[in-house]
Amino acid sequence: MIVAEQKPLPEIIEMVSPFKKLLILGCGTCVKTCFAGGEEEVAVLASILRLDARHKGKDIQITELTIERQCENEFIQEASEAVSANDAVLSLACGAGVQDIARRFKNTPVLPGLNTTFVGVMESRGLFTEECLCCGDCRLGMTGGVCVLARCAKKLSNGPCGGSRNGKCEVNPEIDCAWQLVIDRMTCLGTLDSLRQYCPPRDWRSSNSAGPRKLLREDMVI
Amino acid sequence: MSGEYVSKLEKKLSSGGFAVTAELGPPRGANENVIAEKAKLLSCWVDGVNITDNQTAIVRMSSIAACVHVLEAGLEPIMQMVTRDRNRIALQSDLLGAYSLGIRNILCLSGDHHVFGSQPDALGVFDVDSIQLLRIVDEMRRSGRDMSGYQLDTPPRMFVGAAANPFADPFDYRVIRLAKKIDAGARFIQTQCIYNLERFRGWMSRLCQEGLTEKVYILGGVTPLKSAGMAKYMAQKVAGMDIPEAVIRRMEGVPREKAAREGVKIALETIHELQTIAGVRGVHIMAIENEQAVGALVEEARLMKIPGCLEGE
Repeated sequence: MIVAEQKPLPEIIEMVSPFKKLLILGCGTCVKTCFAGGEEEVAVLASILRLDARHKGKDIQITELTIERQCENEFIQEASEAVSANDAVLSLACGAGVQDIARRFKNTPVLPGLNTTFVGVMESRGLFTEECLCCGDCRLGMTGGVCVLARCAKKLSNGPCGGSRNGKCEVNPEIDCAWQLVIDRMTCLGTLDSLRQYCPPRDWRSSNSAGPRKLLREDMVI
Repeated sequence: MSGEYVSKLEKKLSSGGFAVTAELGPPRGANENVIAEKAKLLSCWVDGVNITDNQTAIVRMSSIAACVHVLEAGLEPIMQMVTRDRNRIALQSDLLGAYSLGIRNILCLSGDHHVFGSQPDALGVFDVDSIQLLRIVDEMRRSGRDMSGYQLDTPPRMFVGAAANPFADPFDYRVIRLAKKIDAGARFIQTQCIYNLERFRGWMSRLCQEGLTEKVYILGGVTPLKSAGMAKYMAQKVAGMDIPEAVIRRMEGVPREKAAREGVKIALETIHELQTIAGVRGVHIMAIENEQAVGALVEEARLMKIPGCLEGE
């Protein structure tokens, strides 16, 4: 899923300060799952902003709404009425959701309430880890299902650097050395020898290095 | 191996000599005299000197420029090149430039991670890794082509080396990784500082068994400890460093004013041990910001002195 976290409150308060009528728009898919932008987070943030405004003697009207996904037109339409009734939208979606809302409602300022952090998993409740850089050229089959691009701090393709210690990365002892995970897994699978093979430099054109990517599924176009 | 040597270091190793290399860190500034001074301290005592490439991810004079100053001082540089800061276009371009300036030895590294440096907010490039860089350099040497396949007018033909850390985890994979570096073109290897000789011997015997010592020259890393504090700091804080408890206790067991001498003694013992291990073809002395210690150590270990060389000239 796309993992995000709420921006620091002072930053949000500063961003919304010019507006009298604000829609806080939640997103009910990825960011809800990572406790950053679902109904509950919308409600809590709305309460905080109301309290803050009252404390400062300012007048602000806040509307709360959460739609299923802010990156799909079908759901975005559900927000039309609420968007047009407000001065601005504080979107609690990932960066894609924020942009899709901004694209559809040209005359309303749309502000990001979250920092989109990574594509990852919830390893355990409340703990999220980065797993994928969306490079567009998946090599997980060669590294035992562990992405060394996303999970090795030096993006090494041909084995661990000299800083791997007790299975942890030198950059942060809280993080597993991706190559240790690869080697453990491939030892288990009996395929460690295949790591002897040279892995050539990547063709970064599949990533956003060659500019923003577009994917056209002609079979699905109506 | 071919009879034509691109560098004195290659010639020495190819002819069976026991090579000595040292390390010289460029200054945090543009003063070339700092390099000339350090080079003077080393010039009689080493076959080549590694010029680090923004080591510990701290901005310093570029390795290429510092290599040129070292050449002017009459010493043979081994240019370190890391993949942390430059993409493949910049790396290849700098290779061409380095060769045009007379640099003939290169050590290919990924580099210390930038979060440990003075500018942790920088973007880490890592377009290619150290093994891929080895292959890029080796391909230029063998076929004269750059990565696009373009036939270069005067391709750089470098004596190519790599680093190895016999003490890092996962231990079993370390031999495979070295084999990959050799396959990618590494002709010489400089190792991490050796304090745990038992583990080093184990690693070397694995290399011998695999026939790898026939394909590459291994230079064992030696760093004289200056104090017990330094030993403990390195043991705990420096990634991939293995300093056995016994070595730390030995450093603690001497009075503070004699600690540096004890460190030199340990280094001398290590060098003598290394000379007896099959497949070890030299030593790489990393006396960090302590270049004057190198000459004394090499002299005391009776490793070499450049014939006719007058110190300090």
